[in-house]
Parts: sequence; C-alpha cells; structure tokens
Amino acid sequence: MRIGVLYSRVRPEEKLLFAELERRPADVELIDDRRVVLALGGRSALEPSFDFDVVFDRSISYSRALANLRVLADRGVATVNPACVIENCGDKVRTSSLLQAASVPTPATRVASTPEAALLAIEELGYPVVMKPTVGSWGRLVARINDRDAAEALLEHKSTLGSYQHSIFYLQRYVDKPERDIRAFVAGGRTLCAIYRRAPHWITNTARGASTENCPITPEIDDLCRRAARAVGGGLLAVDLVEDPEHGLLVLEVNHTMEFRNSVAPTGVDIPARMIDFVERVATVGWDEAHATEAA
Amino acid sequence: MELQTVDADSECPECFESVRLEAVMQHEIVQCAGCGIDLEVIELDPVSLELAPEEEEDWGE
Repeated sequence: MRIGVLYSRVRPEEKLLFAELERRPADVELIDDRRVVLALGGRSALEPSFDFDVVFDRSISYSRALANLRVLADRGVATVNPACVIENCGDKVRTSSLLQAASVPTPATRVASTPEAALLAIEELGYPVVMKPTVGSWGRLVARINDRDAAEALLEHKSTLGSYQHSIFYLQRYVDKPERDIRAFVAGGRTLCAIYRRAPHWITNTARGASTENCPITPEIDDLCRRAARAVGGGLLAVDLVEDPEHGLLVLEVNHTMEFRNSVAPTGVDIPARMIDFVERVATVGWDEAHATEAA
Repeated sequence: MELQTVDADSECPECFESVRLEAVMQHEIVQCAGCGIDLEVIELDPVSLELAPEEEEDWGE
C-alpha cells in the first residue's frame, strides 16, 4: 500500500501520525505542501508523483489544502479528507447550511453581505451575538457583541480593515454554555471519543489554553456527531458541540484537519492509530465502503 | 517508512539562547524556552533552526 502525506509543519499531531505510520507496513511518502507544484496542462519536473493508493492531507492551510486536493480529486486520486469535505468544513457558511439542511441542531445563525444587513441580523438575533470569520480557526477574530455600540464599531472596523473574506458577516446567537464545550472525534461515521474543553473564558479552545477531560459518549452525542459528520461528507472529523441551557446539545462546527494532542491522554483512545486505520481502509476498499464498515 | 530524528543542541536565531532538541525531525516546530518563539527544524545534519512561518489567516483545523 502506498500512502502520501501532505503536511505543512510537523506539529505534535503529525509526529504522532508519522510514528503510527512508521509502525505499519505501508510505503509512506511525506510531501511538504509548501514545495508542491502542480502541472495543469503539460508536464513539470517540479510536480511530485501522486502515484498513491491514498493521499492523507494534514495541511495547516485551508486554501492550500483545497487547491491541491481539488486537483487530485480531478485526477481520481483518493484523499482523506477529500476536497469537498475540506470545503464543507472550512467555510462556516457552508457548514451551517449543510447542518441545517440535514436537520442537525445548531445555534441560530445569520449570514449577511453588508454591514447594514449585518446590523439588522444582529438586532434580530438579540444580544449577545457572536461574529466569526467565515474561514478561520483556533478562535481567532471571533467576537462577542454585547450591545449595539459594539456591533456598529465592529462592523465598521471589519468593513474598513478586513480583507474581502471579511465582507461576508457570519453571525450566531451566543450560547451561554457551562464554561465548557465538547469536542468529539469521528472516523468514517464512527464516534471514537470525546473531550470536554473547559475554560473560564467564553472561547473554550485548547489553542487558547482550555483544559481537557474525558467526555463519555452518550447516545445523544454519538447520534449528533454521526449526523453532523454525514452532513459534511464524512471522513476524519472533529465535531464541536455546546450544551445550550435552553435547547440542549447543539453542533457548533465540524473540523476537517483535527488536532488531538490534548485528547489522547484524557480519553485513553489512540486517536492517531484509529485515524491511520481509516486512511488505510480508504486505500484498501475505497471511500464509501470504508464508511460502511466503520459505521456498522 | 523510517523516521529520522536527532538529539542536538542548537541556538535560537531570535534571542541566541541555547535550545536543546530531543528526537526532533525535519520541519518539526519547537519552541525556544528563552523567548518563546516558534522555530522550525530546517535541517537535521547539521541541525539548523529558523523562525517558523508566521501564522496565516486560513490556518487551523
């Protein structure tokens, strides 16, 4: 079996994944995505060979991953995750739309194209409201808007200083969660394990210093995670959920290149091994069958 | 696949503090204990460190 791994930087996650791959008999090649050149028409000596049974994407950059994996998809190269899943998870508007279409419970969300429309949407949702960039991670540039003064100031700043990606306003009702949220790991439609991320700050992201502890997978968490994963196209995913005092468990977002360095110890689950199991299954039986056997 | 790792002592290119590297691989990100900056292991033989690329807006999970 030949596995290519596209990566940007060797974080603790990549080191664990590479170590797991080293233990397997597969023929593995690591490809630094900063050096990738793809030839679209003609041949290029700069292009790496993509003669693999599967390409495992660990790119840290959404746009870089999407560009490379779209080309590989057009060439019929199997990837984990595929470009369509990256796109569905990397753009929050797309994710929310798919979750809603699949009747997966999520906080009330609005998308607006102008500051004026955004202000109306914020007032309709009612304060506080959370504004997020449509593309982004690790809690960056996520803002809680507590009143109209803050809304007007933030919208003006975003309109004036933001790049074109900030011209779409993604707004969500603030969920007054109990100083924690839930991060669940899903492989091929199967919920592997979950953690609570605790922080006194309303942004409960481990990249922001939240602590972690095991979260038992209840039937409700399992059901929501499977449905959320299915809604975005499946694969290796991290589903973020919040406990809403009014509406119960809600899915906030789905991550397509999951980080798990703080989750192996509290859950006792060998997440990198389960991820590589799935990658190998895709290489062996294909994407659809890999999901059928995992979810069974 | 055989992972190449090394143990080595190097120097932070930002603050010039010594940096102890243990079982690092090429392109691994390490943190300087002196100034806290992220460093990338560019080469293993001999070991060389550079400032890690700055975080970009579309980076993440």
